[in-house]
Amino acid sequence: MTYLPLLGIALVVLGFALRFNPLLVVLVSAVATGLLSGMHFVQVLSAVGKGFNDNRSITVVFLVLPVIGLLERYGLQQRARSIIESMRGATAGRLLITYLAFRQVFAALGLTSVAGHPQTVRPLVTPMAEAAAEKEHGKLDEATSEKVKALSAATDNVGAFFGEDIFVAVGSVLLIQGSMAGFGIVLTPIQLSLWAIPTAIAAFLIHGARLLWFDRGLRKSSPGRGGEPAAQRTVEGVHRRAASTLGPLHHPSDGPPPRSGEEL
Amino acid sequence: MINLHWVYALGGAMWAAFAVLSLRDRTNRQRFGNALLWALVAISFWFGDEIGDLGNGVLVLAIALVAGANLIGRSVGGSTKIEERFELARRYGNKLFLPALIIPITAFVGTLLFTYTPLKGSGLFDPKSVTLVLLGLGVLIALAVCYFWLKPPVLAPLQEGRHLMDAIGWAALLPQMLAALGAVFAAAGVGNIVGGVAGSIIPSGSVFLAVLLYALGMVAFTMIMGNAFAAFPVMAAAIGIPILIHGAGANPAVIGAVGMLAGFCGTLMTPMAANFNIVPAALLELKDQYGVIKAQIATAIPLLIVNILILYFAGYVWAH
Repeated sequence: MTYLPLLGIALVVLGFALRFNPLLVVLVSAVATGLLSGMHFVQVLSAVGKGFNDNRSITVVFLVLPVIGLLERYGLQQRARSIIESMRGATAGRLLITYLAFRQVFAALGLTSVAGHPQTVRPLVTPMAEAAAEKEHGKLDEATSEKVKALSAATDNVGAFFGEDIFVAVGSVLLIQGSMAGFGIVLTPIQLSLWAIPTAIAAFLIHGARLLWFDRGLRKSSPGRGGEPAAQRTVEGVHRRAASTLGPLHHPSDGPPPRSGEEL
Repeated sequence: MINLHWVYALGGAMWAAFAVLSLRDRTNRQRFGNALLWALVAISFWFGDEIGDLGNGVLVLAIALVAGANLIGRSVGGSTKIEERFELARRYGNKLFLPALIIPITAFVGTLLFTYTPLKGSGLFDPKSVTLVLLGLGVLIALAVCYFWLKPPVLAPLQEGRHLMDAIGWAALLPQMLAALGAVFAAAGVGNIVGGVAGSIIPSGSVFLAVLLYALGMVAFTMIMGNAFAAFPVMAAAIGIPILIHGAGANPAVIGAVGMLAGFCGTLMTPMAANFNIVPAALLELKDQYGVIKAQIATAIPLLIVNILILYFAGYVWAH
């Protein structure tokens, strides 16, 4: 057996690390892997084409964008924010923990596609989490706002991944069953889904603890503590922590100013 | 019977509309690049099954070149300003959530109806693609409700959708491209090579080290392939079944289920799982395209340790 095709993996790692365009990196790696394993160029290109065509279903999820975009035009994100602003005791961490639980339970019932990054995270979860974080912290600087958004997306992933295997008819459970059956080991889907429960609980506890920890950090770094209106706290923040935390809104060299989702 | 091809036809129509609207958008300096990219995607969705494998390969090559040559720009979304949106949000109130909820509710009710009623045998939907068919159906119902209620300009949903699509850009196609790479990896036998390497460095005698290697192998191979599904059969065949189950007498249900979940910890840490890690970063307009991955590492690593402990104790120690 030759190890040459593994060079394709090295190419992917190198290309991603050097931040070339990932589509090009992946295509070059696919072609290199195929050629190194003895296929002709036309064969490799056909294999890539077939793989791409067979997996169009992955890209279908973007069908929701017109609906989400239209509702954002009519203020969906702003509405999501104002609900959180009017809610006492809402914090970014608690909000995301609630979402994590919701996502895990629904995924465990086989309803993974009920939520997701385009359907729920961008229009609802992220603006709510940002509004809650602003209640705790005051106006968010760019780094904190990025962190809130990244944690929202992460929470969706953790919830979906570590909930879906509890459902007996999900693809991964069937794959495990099939792989094992190939070696004469007979398992029922229910056995497999029961053994997904301990990890699901651990995922909830670990990620939930991180979210509460994040809340703590937000409160600690808050320029003003409780009671004051957010605008006043922002002004204080400028005083105490100099301009560095707020950061420039717009680097002139960067082309158009950065935009938050709301300004789209 | 309504199957995936109906959904692909709908998707093709959406991307074709994005292409035409991009072409007419003079606010985007790179409008021809955007139009070309979305037109290529529309061709893939409409004619992918007619143009043959090589034709699709050429299509992929063209998509990668358009993206790699940096021909794609951002359109300037100019529909409503943020102050207007606060005003609109006040006017429409919580009812704004209803159309957004139509999509998940259609999926929920549809799945229930399809699983527990005679609808399943009616042959209305192709059972293999019922989730995606319901997604498409939910989108159409939600759009109909929005048109009726909000009375937006006719092209508004497509224009707003296009601005979001432009914000995601080429990243939208990365998951599909990675799936194609996975297919080539499989054809070239990469899985067997990795499994062979992992199997050959197995320490003899120590079940704990074998468990460790099995779990870490799942993580590493998942990170390379971008999904645990490709990694599982390889690692199960190399270590899980011969060494842990047959050799050490471990509980096969634990080795299977928790081994897969160890792989999911790898999914949280790799840019190769683009639809979970890179596309959301683009969709949420993060500055750092690896921001989502960085936010996940501190969950993934402790959870991996828990999985290793479950594999060892529940799978082996307590199973004896």
